[in-house]
Amino acid sequence: MSALPTLAVWKFASCDGCQLTLLDCEDELLTLAGEVRVAHFLEASSAVLPGPYDLSLVEGSISTAAGAARIREVRAQSKFLVTVGACATSGGIQALRNFADVEEYRSVVYPHPEYVESLATSTPISAHVPVDLELRGCPIDGGQLLEVISAFLAGRRPDVPDTSVCTECKRRGLTCVMVAAGTACLGPITHAGCGALCPAVDRGCYGCFGPMTGANVPAMVTLLRAGGMTSRSVDLVLSTFTVAAPPYAERRSKG
Amino acid sequence: MSATDGRHLRVEALARIEGEGALDVVVRDGVVESASLQIYEPPRFFEALLRGRQHTEAPDITARICGICPVAYQTSAWLAVEDACGVTPDARIAALRRLLYCGEWISSHALHIYLLHAPDFLGYDDVLGLAADHRSKVERGLRIKKAGNAVLERVGGRAVHPVNPRLGGFHRAPTRGELAPLAEQLRRALDDALATVWWVATFDFPELELPHELLALHRPDVYAIEAGSLLSSGGLAFTARDFSEHVVEHQVPHSTALQATLDGQRYLTGPLARYTISSGLLSETARQAAADAGLGATCRNPFRSIVVRAVELVYVVEEALRLIAEYERPDPPAAEVPPVAGVGHGVSEAPRGLLYHRYEIDADGRILSAVIVPPTSQNQAAIEADLAEVVSAHLDLDDAALTSLCERTIRNYDPCISCSTHFLRLSMDRR
Repeated sequence: MSALPTLAVWKFASCDGCQLTLLDCEDELLTLAGEVRVAHFLEASSAVLPGPYDLSLVEGSISTAAGAARIREVRAQSKFLVTVGACATSGGIQALRNFADVEEYRSVVYPHPEYVESLATSTPISAHVPVDLELRGCPIDGGQLLEVISAFLAGRRPDVPDTSVCTECKRRGLTCVMVAAGTACLGPITHAGCGALCPAVDRGCYGCFGPMTGANVPAMVTLLRAGGMTSRSVDLVLSTFTVAAPPYAERRSKG
Repeated sequence: MSATDGRHLRVEALARIEGEGALDVVVRDGVVESASLQIYEPPRFFEALLRGRQHTEAPDITARICGICPVAYQTSAWLAVEDACGVTPDARIAALRRLLYCGEWISSHALHIYLLHAPDFLGYDDVLGLAADHRSKVERGLRIKKAGNAVLERVGGRAVHPVNPRLGGFHRAPTRGELAPLAEQLRRALDDALATVWWVATFDFPELELPHELLALHRPDVYAIEAGSLLSSGGLAFTARDFSEHVVEHQVPHSTALQATLDGQRYLTGPLARYTISSGLLSETARQAAADAGLGATCRNPFRSIVVRAVELVYVVEEALRLIAEYERPDPPAAEVPPVAGVGHGVSEAPRGLLYHRYEIDADGRILSAVIVPPTSQNQAAIEADLAEVVSAHLDLDDAALTSLCERTIRNYDPCISCSTHFLRLSMDRR
């Protein structure tokens, strides 16, 4: 038993959807349980084992001082730390506060805002501690998660390509919604991993995996504007689940 | 500490619930002085960040409040925005939306029954321990859950935060042929769901009778899920538009608590409320399963909520099969929803209880204000009252056993704290 590597799952500010993606691997869950020792996974288990942990999966963003302290403890206890999902890798949609007045946000939601502790920003885990691997998505893709865990167990690099959704869309043989139907689509700048879910239902990609490395945002904006989107609509579509990802945040700060 | 001196029971981080919460019970001189479900989940300020967004974005944005019940959020959001804009999508779209919601109930109920709740009754820390001794049971639960996710994926495009639903309907409606393979999987799930009812009915249930008013959606024709008006066990009836006139959140003095009350009374939403109010509308198969499991026409013991969830599971699997058999592909797949300045209200039955949304939008579709009342914030006062009652009735137990019973009491309600952070009592205390 003790020879099995230990797995820990941690939650910060998030919706639980990325943790759930692990539990949604119905066909693999019991097999996985034979390959790792689940040492800390509060959503699934009352049993909590002390660290250190071989593999930590971290969901959620850092939005409180307590969270900022806790992620350092998690890092210190984790040999290999993987952040999962848009909140953990870019701050999530709650990072919209980074561009607003958090005091005002607090007063809108809570009658007694002075009791609510939160930082002015929602930031990714990598802004606080070194991260060994980031898995994108709002939520993450279950297949990619299993690939990361399998690769870890096998001691190899995981195959999670940093290309665009367009590459997956072409591979599926889908008709380009932008070319064929004039539908606005963030596929050309969005990180791959979902398998082109939106074009498969005649919808343009709405960017829930965030910008890929080297995304040409200005060219995308020109294309969206040429397709008839107002500048406000373009701003909104680039200000959702990965609003604080650098290419989008920089664009906002330039106004 | 002995029972007469005073006891302090505390669980810092509750396991097998969605989100982060703690429980804290203080007993002094044999009397429960306080019993609280504390929330330290960080706030995410959805009501604030929704302002200025476009009305069409509300379903996708609010889905991100909860990864377990995103369809509930999408549904209450589109109901509210469509109400504001005076649009009612046609019956074929409504049927497809109900099918999508059935998928979420199947998946969420199977998750709660097998992965979160059953380990309590059988003395395991988690589903993995349960699987070590009862593998075929756990495999059955995972099969049901997978069938629910298959519905979400086929209709919604993705199980967590579905991409296909939109304001007015769907981006693309599946063909009859695309839905057909789901039926085969669901027929197996129906057998599995019935076996689930018989299995959970054999568990031991502590005695507890809830005195609270129960509130649920109700429709005269079918068991209400994705639409309906409100009905209470005391006979109070009102529509979503009057929700905020009856359900009021009070600030409790010297506390950060906001406790929802129904016309001034503590109340409960969720499976027990739905079953008590609408059990007569369940399918014959589900009603027979309930009777076989020893349930009457109403159920007020929260420990038996696992049986009610299993009965609901039978119902929604059967309902999904009916909707697929009767499916007519909506064309177009969505109604246009041009913005109209005004206020709209929407309420639907998330797997764990009522979820209310209210939006005010301007003539360009900008959201001016948003109010979201999730199930667990409505249930918090009732959960805490039950916690106090359970502790009072079991003071003879030692601290470890009593604390464990307290955790079970909370898990009865399948609380979703990720959802409820906006309104629940916040405590950053991690002593």
